[in-house]
Amino acid sequence: MKALILVGGYGTRLRPLTLSIPKPLVDFCNKPILLHQVEALVKAGVSHVILAVSYMSELLEKEMKEQEQKLGIHISLSHEKEPLGTAGPLALARELLTENSEPFFVLNSDVICDFPFADMVRFHRHHGKEGTIVVTKVEEPSKYGVVVCEADTGRIHRFVEKPQVFVSNKINAGMYIFNPSVLERIQLQPTSIEKEIFPVMAEQGQLYAMELQGFWMDIGQPKDFLTGMCMYLQSLRLKQPERLHSGPGFVGNVLVDPTAKIGANCSIGPNVTVGADVVVEDGVRIKRCTVLKGSRIRSHSWLESCIVGWSSSVGQWVRMENVTVLGEDVIVNDELYLNGANVLPHKSIAESVPEPRIIM
Amino acid sequence: MLKAVVLIGGPQKGTRFRPLSFEVPKPLFPVAGVPMIQHHIEACTKVPNMKEILLIGFYQPNEALSRFLVSAQQEFKIPIRYLQEYAALGTGGGIYHFRDQILSGSPEAFFVLNADVCSEFPLEEMLTFHRLRGNPETFLMLGTTANRKQSLNYGCIVANADSHEVLHYVEKPSTFVSELINCGIYLFTPAIFRHIGAVFQRNQQELLLEENANGWQRAEAIRLEQDVFTALAGQGRLFAYKTEGFWSQIKSAGSAIYASRLYLSCYSQCHPERLAQNRTGGPTIRGNVYIHPTASVDSTAVLGPNVSIGKGVTIGAGVRVRESIILHGASLQDHTCVLNSIVGWDSTIGRWARVEGTPSDPNPNDPYAKIDSETLFRDGRLTPSITILGCNVTIPAEVVILNSIVLPHKELSRSFKNQIIL
Repeated sequence: MKALILVGGYGTRLRPLTLSIPKPLVDFCNKPILLHQVEALVKAGVSHVILAVSYMSELLEKEMKEQEQKLGIHISLSHEKEPLGTAGPLALARELLTENSEPFFVLNSDVICDFPFADMVRFHRHHGKEGTIVVTKVEEPSKYGVVVCEADTGRIHRFVEKPQVFVSNKINAGMYIFNPSVLERIQLQPTSIEKEIFPVMAEQGQLYAMELQGFWMDIGQPKDFLTGMCMYLQSLRLKQPERLHSGPGFVGNVLVDPTAKIGANCSIGPNVTVGADVVVEDGVRIKRCTVLKGSRIRSHSWLESCIVGWSSSVGQWVRMENVTVLGEDVIVNDELYLNGANVLPHKSIAESVPEPRIIM
Repeated sequence: MLKAVVLIGGPQKGTRFRPLSFEVPKPLFPVAGVPMIQHHIEACTKVPNMKEILLIGFYQPNEALSRFLVSAQQEFKIPIRYLQEYAALGTGGGIYHFRDQILSGSPEAFFVLNADVCSEFPLEEMLTFHRLRGNPETFLMLGTTANRKQSLNYGCIVANADSHEVLHYVEKPSTFVSELINCGIYLFTPAIFRHIGAVFQRNQQELLLEENANGWQRAEAIRLEQDVFTALAGQGRLFAYKTEGFWSQIKSAGSAIYASRLYLSCYSQCHPERLAQNRTGGPTIRGNVYIHPTASVDSTAVLGPNVSIGKGVTIGAGVRVRESIILHGASLQDHTCVLNSIVGWDSTIGRWARVEGTPSDPNPNDPYAKIDSETLFRDGRLTPSITILGCNVTIPAEVVILNSIVLPHKELSRSFKNQIIL
């Protein structure tokens, strides 16, 4: 089977992290975002992954070459010269996707969940129509476009954008499976699959919804990245608790790379990911944070709801909170307070940031 | 012989020093580890032939004051008495009311010092300067240089460059008069009471012309600055001695941290024993730090510069304190960070909490800049200031208290920023 992943452009919503590397390669819970998806696809029998990218990155190509070998699959990059929306990239990869009559996956690259790819194939074959989209329940449907479908079969009736009165609490989770025939509906031009293709398919009774079990999050921006991390770690707790770190000084769900060093009298967790080669000195408190590879948190600092970029250094008695994001190689001097700071790469911070702002 | 008077004011004054002045009379608030006026008293006792120090104010007799008087007399081996005004009589009214007490024993001259200043107190230099003139009918005031803008907040002195005679004096002018300002430190001879007495007589005369006046009190309320100095200026009687040494008012709590820094920096000369040293097994000391001998400080703590740790304070592991005053009985639990703050008596700060204020230091690039302690609010908003925790405040673990003032006996449950917490 094949899968097309809509990687897209510069990943601006996840800046400053994506100023250093392409979004698919940003580590989420100590593994590149893209690998979470690709590994799950491989498990479901996918042998060829097509990445639809709108800007070429040598780093991404190189990394994908390595993964091809490691996973024993074929990975190709499909490069759009102009933005083609969410449907156009399918048309661009038409030849690859229509090589045989097998259905193929299409994924948004920002989505994290317990990927239900095997279930999707089964569900899709069972209803036998052209397309299946995965839907997930949300608490506040009025913020999204919702999917109205038949309760027992999943056949989609219609889509409603930001409903003012309740019609459904299910939203598009950004994971689809299609028969190759869907390509007859898509021209090689900028097209929105959600707004221009799905409504027609639904009207013709060709689109079904499969409800996702478990957690789901669009991790395209830092705030949601952290929320997604909490969900992912909780799901690890249920499924592979042995991968989580425990012991004195660790609270709740904490993921620590084996090469990381944690000092004495720390309190780490709940909901913390510590990357490779990270050094956390003595007496540090970290809650709800991702600390990326090679960074150092110096003693007696306090961090909550932060992303610490690669090879950054956080000084002693620093307090960082409220979705502070440090880009790559940022230095935060001792004793500073960072509240919702967004710090671009290679900056040295010598003054507190008491209110949220971007540090260029 | 000589005497000295320290004007300590009373509870209705010094409101800008709240909430700290709720617990202890402001003159007894510790600056660089000792009560504010102990610096005055110590300076007075160093003047040869100083026989008595009088504190004049309108505080009700209280335990803190009595205890201070006993211990200061023991330490400095000199009579120190508190004379209580029946009402707030002003800077001149108080000494006039107690003139018999001051004049008993026939002092040649006496110093008058306002309590709410910090200074090098160049009293001997003032005395020498005064004696050089050899005229018991003249008086001396200490002056220092301020910048043009800030001079408007002080008493301004125009003095003859050669004779140092005060030609003109005006308190807090609305337009620029002079960069030489009044330090609130004077050297008087007994003749000063004739001039204050003249003001008193005039006040009384004026009151007699009014009906149902509350006579005595209002006639006796006399301000040295406006009522006496202004009249003495240009009469060949008032002189100014200009000091280049440090000087600051201590009006607001924020200025107490600044004043502590000034005093701590001269401890290396006059009280090296009061400065903490880096020792094996002790905390890390950066710059000038005072630690009361009864305080318990973990060896992994890092203190300074400009930190004063009071009696019985507990400082836990990995604690950082900089530019702050920690008052007696307070407890800073492990990993806390306290910057630009005053932590009140018996307050507790939980683990990993951060208590931080914004320093209100004078402009470091202007040698004549003074600390601004005029208003708590500007344009309807609380101006970022040092953080002050009143007495017995509890800060929970892991929160941040930023630029806030917490009134006494509060138990906070979350973070606060830029607020006064009643």
